[in-house]
Amino acid sequence: MTLSSHPLVRLERLSVAFDGVTVLHGIDLEIRRGETLGLVGESGSGKSVTWLAALGLLPKKAQVAGRVLLDGEDLLGAAETRLDDVRGGRIAMIFQDPASALNPVLTIRRQLGEALALHRGLSGREIGAEAKRLLDLVGIPDAERRLSAYPHEFSGGQNQRIMIAMALAGSPDLLVADEPTTALDATIQAQILDLLAVVRRETGMAMVLISHDLGVVSETCDRVAVMYAGRIVEEGPSAQVFDDPAHPYARGLIGALPPLDGSRRRLVSIPGTVPDPRDPPPGCAFAPRCLHATRDCTAATPQLEEVAAGRRMACILAVHRRALAHREIEFA
Amino acid sequence: MTAPLVSVDGIARHYAMRRGLLGRPVEIRAVDGVSFTLSAGETLGIVGESGSGKSTTGRVVLGLEPADAGSVAFDGAAMPAAGTATWRRQRARMQMIFQDPLGALDRRLPIAPQVREPLDIHEIGDEKARAARVADLLDRVGLSADHGRRFPHELSGGQRQRAVLARALATKPDFLVCDEPISALDVSIQAQVVNLLVDLQADLGLAMLFISHDLRVVRQVSRRVAVMYLGRIVEEGDADDLFARPVHPYTRALVSAAPTPGRRMADRVVLVGDPPDPADRPSGCAFHPRCPMAMSRCREVEPRLTEVAPGRRAACLLVDAAAAEPREGAR
Amino acid sequence: MIRYLLGRAARALLTVALVVTFAFVVLRMSADPALVILGPEASPEMIVAFRKAWGLDESIFVQYLDWFRAILRGDLGISMRDGRPAIELVAERIPATLALTIPALMIKIGIGIPAGIWASLHRGTMVDRAVMGLAVAGFTVPSFVLGLTLVLIFSVWLGWLPSGGQDNWVHAVLPIVTMGVGGAAILARFTRSAMLEVLGQPFIRTASAKGVPWGRVIRGHALPNAAIPTVTMVGFMVGTLMAGAVVVESVFSWPGVGRLLVVAVSHRDLAVVQCILLVVAATMVTSNLVVDFLYGFLDPRLRSGARTGGH
Repeated sequence: MTLSSHPLVRLERLSVAFDGVTVLHGIDLEIRRGETLGLVGESGSGKSVTWLAALGLLPKKAQVAGRVLLDGEDLLGAAETRLDDVRGGRIAMIFQDPASALNPVLTIRRQLGEALALHRGLSGREIGAEAKRLLDLVGIPDAERRLSAYPHEFSGGQNQRIMIAMALAGSPDLLVADEPTTALDATIQAQILDLLAVVRRETGMAMVLISHDLGVVSETCDRVAVMYAGRIVEEGPSAQVFDDPAHPYARGLIGALPPLDGSRRRLVSIPGTVPDPRDPPPGCAFAPRCLHATRDCTAATPQLEEVAAGRRMACILAVHRRALAHREIEFA
Repeated sequence: MTAPLVSVDGIARHYAMRRGLLGRPVEIRAVDGVSFTLSAGETLGIVGESGSGKSTTGRVVLGLEPADAGSVAFDGAAMPAAGTATWRRQRARMQMIFQDPLGALDRRLPIAPQVREPLDIHEIGDEKARAARVADLLDRVGLSADHGRRFPHELSGGQRQRAVLARALATKPDFLVCDEPISALDVSIQAQVVNLLVDLQADLGLAMLFISHDLRVVRQVSRRVAVMYLGRIVEEGDADDLFARPVHPYTRALVSAAPTPGRRMADRVVLVGDPPDPADRPSGCAFHPRCPMAMSRCREVEPRLTEVAPGRRAACLLVDAAAAEPREGAR
Repeated sequence: MIRYLLGRAARALLTVALVVTFAFVVLRMSADPALVILGPEASPEMIVAFRKAWGLDESIFVQYLDWFRAILRGDLGISMRDGRPAIELVAERIPATLALTIPALMIKIGIGIPAGIWASLHRGTMVDRAVMGLAVAGFTVPSFVLGLTLVLIFSVWLGWLPSGGQDNWVHAVLPIVTMGVGGAAILARFTRSAMLEVLGQPFIRTASAKGVPWGRVIRGHALPNAAIPTVTMVGFMVGTLMAGAVVVESVFSWPGVGRLLVVAVSHRDLAVVQCILLVVAATMVTSNLVVDFLYGFLDPRLRSGARTGGH
């Protein structure tokens, strides 16, 4: 196997529990160099926790198990100093609310400069020049002067640009963007998604886009993984998952989205609510809300199975149906 | 055509805001000359970004905030002054629901008495009739009697919004203002509430003002849509038609900014600049600094909302033929 | 900025004026200084003469105007008890009070803030619970109880330290500790909650996510933010440098401003009481002004409320 075929990051059986309550149930996921992966799910599905756990950013009381391999090196249990090199240097992260994600009492120069000093070893003058270059890159006008400004002097969209500049400071191989546009207006969301695309093209870094917004993920990502109640329930190339979702939850999510053109149809609504992680239902966590659930669904938790190259799903019915369809094609 | 149920004529709402500790007070025109009518049983959607004045419009229409100019007429009569007895009686016929259902509910009371409260206030029916009505209302919004006995914090977000809706419907209103009613809910729950709103609207013949930043949801719920920018309506028309063929450059940008599953980001119109600052309103057309098609005249001339096609109004010099070619008009 | 500070200063002066006016009215209404100072055996003539001499026979409004005019001239009045200018009496007690309150303030800051930070960083552990348990004890126990307990232990039982008087620094140890402990407890709790609030903010996670080592996240990101509310509390403590010593000075018979106040109040020595209140209010208000000014340094959001936005 050549080096380039190794995944950049590989999560193996990653699980997280808080005070004995498991919120993430063994996530297996691979990110290849330069690719974009979308992580879709509702609140509580574990999509953010996955990456906070992978980077050791959860509070100490969280019990994290499994493996997080970065180029084959396990980050779980790595020394803090090693993690500090990885965070921002190899894997950067940006967050939902850019206004509160930046330190209100420090200038932009300080906050950008910190990353540049840590990961690029820059100092003094070089920091100023490089910080200015980064602000130019992310489209902050009048960068030179605005380096000495504070976060409250920028708009929400500009603050998210600054967050992106800060993430780029360490030239990471992977950017984890956790709901980067959720707090922003529609036209500003478009600007930020555009900027992320441009930046990725120029740097070639891989990206994980965490979002509850199927549209955002589908437009931005090569691959998508749908999460529900702390598990990946479906994964595959974006186009395939959106055109032909297999897991009933994924189908429900896509059907729940009102169309913007064509005739109006009644929305597919998923009945009920997300299960309480303290009291999970037996078997498939989605079974209580699933219109197709059978007794088998509550007997055991379905495993994520590969039904075609790059296409995985965790639903006994969907897997069965795909297998049947596959066999029919073979016989035909 | 019947007389409109709600008729809003040139309403405006201004605030004075001080910037910083030393700043001089600046006048902010949150709503600046908004007019529309709403027939019984009709839904008008209002879309816009932050600072567009869409929420303030809803509050002024209901009389929750006074209008600094213009007027609102309900069922042919001018809105009585807020706080008066007639206004309170009128208010029973018009209700509002907000984004945050937990804030709208009393945490110390179970759901059922809260749904019943408007019936007690407006002295509708006797003891037995009120109990029956509460049961009926809960059922209508898809809550069980058991939900009615629970406290707000014991319900999920979607269930709470249903409870708020049941309470709003208690007085059999003719008119419902919904301000971002589903924005705080998860995607799968949003669809439940949207379907419920559509059903209720059809069953009860409610007129509805549906305010949201989400184009998809607005289209799903509304027959007509108005797009607001910096306190004014910039485009208005039939919902399907408006989103399919937007005329105003801002509407076009909004529509193209709405992410669509299965579409790759390609020919999206990406606007430059930040959302506008209501305290620093640009001259002429307020949208001109961000408009990809702005002409020099856009900086000077304020476009009026004019009919550009049957049932479609837009405020843009590019489509306002009369304003665009003043010379020919003069000749 | 200058206009802002002038406005604050004007408001501060108004506050001081209101405080002393209130005290003036209450003191004159509550008892007759002539009766208190001359004692029950005084003859009616003596009382009338005393009242006339001190202007107490005028209406309270006239008295107030006279008094206020005198203040504007810088005349704070004369002690009815020993005939010396009130300001002199107060001024000669100030060093003794500061000798207690300043070291006590050092203890409050030097112990309270680090303990609070430490507890916040070990939240939920035994360390945290121990510190907070002590803190609760520290500020729920009234200072006279604490003072008397310390006297009992260190003076009466162990005989290590004197229980009162002002001969040398050794006498100051117990009163300083008594005052410092309560304040340190309050400040520890306050700092801890300020730190916990800040540590829960998203920008702390951002700092960690860009690879800043935890120690530097605390020093460089958390502390500057937690300092903002903590400075308010310290400012309040500085404001009470004068007033905070009444109980402790009484317990340890320490000849400071606090004891002077107690004596002056019990004798209705109006000029002295008012002079002390003026000094106390002025310290309070000045430290508030300084805190406001410091806010501007610590929190850039207050320097300019406006979003300048890049267009």
